[in-house]
Amino acid sequence: MDLKLDHHSEDNLTIVDVEGEIDVYTAPRLRELLIDLVNKGNFHLLVNMEKVDFLDSTGLGVLVGGLKRVRAHDGSLELVCTQERILKIFRITGLTKVFGIYASVEEAKEAHGRDK
Amino acid sequence: MATVELTFSALPAHVRTARLVATAIARRTGVAEAILDEVRLAVGEACSRAVEAHRLHCPGEPVRIELRDDAGRFEVTVTDAAPGEDVTPQVLEADGSLMPEMDNLGIAVIAGLADDVEVLPGPKGMRIRMSWPASPHGIAAL
Repeated sequence: MDLKLDHHSEDNLTIVDVEGEIDVYTAPRLRELLIDLVNKGNFHLLVNMEKVDFLDSTGLGVLVGGLKRVRAHDGSLELVCTQERILKIFRITGLTKVFGIYASVEEAKEAHGRDK
Repeated sequence: MATVELTFSALPAHVRTARLVATAIARRTGVAEAILDEVRLAVGEACSRAVEAHRLHCPGEPVRIELRDDAGRFEVTVTDAAPGEDVTPQVLEADGSLMPEMDNLGIAVIAGLADDVEVLPGPKGMRIRMSWPASPHGIAAL
């Protein structure tokens, strides 16, 4: 499956819906979207990965790059993910300590609201 | 011992094909369903690394992958033909510069996933060999 990307804003939060496989072939498209969103002033991003079938280290690199970018503007990049196969790569690389990872968009929005 | 060999052009789009082939053969070899995702990810990481190495050093050369059913082990060897010591899938900043903190992440992921890993750098390229337990009689034993 290819990569499908969509995004919309709710209050101060931009939700990026990702579907499909994030790998060395498709990750550049996600990187371009994240860069574009930040360049347009969206500094609080929530990447919904519930429909991601595959994620490799290239995809992790793109997410870390996005995090660096939003943090430069005092922003945030957090994730929604409950799939064990995806969470495993975050655990192996220690990135569970770097990203806020939530079980649902609603849960992330509540946490984001508390942090505002 | 049964071996499948695959060579593919050093294009990112082909890494997915290599992953799918490896997963299919792993299943056929008798690798447990619970660890097929690990096989898929580790093979993808090794192939991504090889593709990036070839794109930098020898874009016309194909990447080679061998998948072997070897006495109760499923063994995968990914071989690149790129000279050099340390090439990993590149994560570029917006200005095109590398993100140094992501170096070697692919190898680290492989090490975290494969049951047994051997990374053999050489002057004419790198070989990454990894293996997982499999049913001695493959899927026919199920």
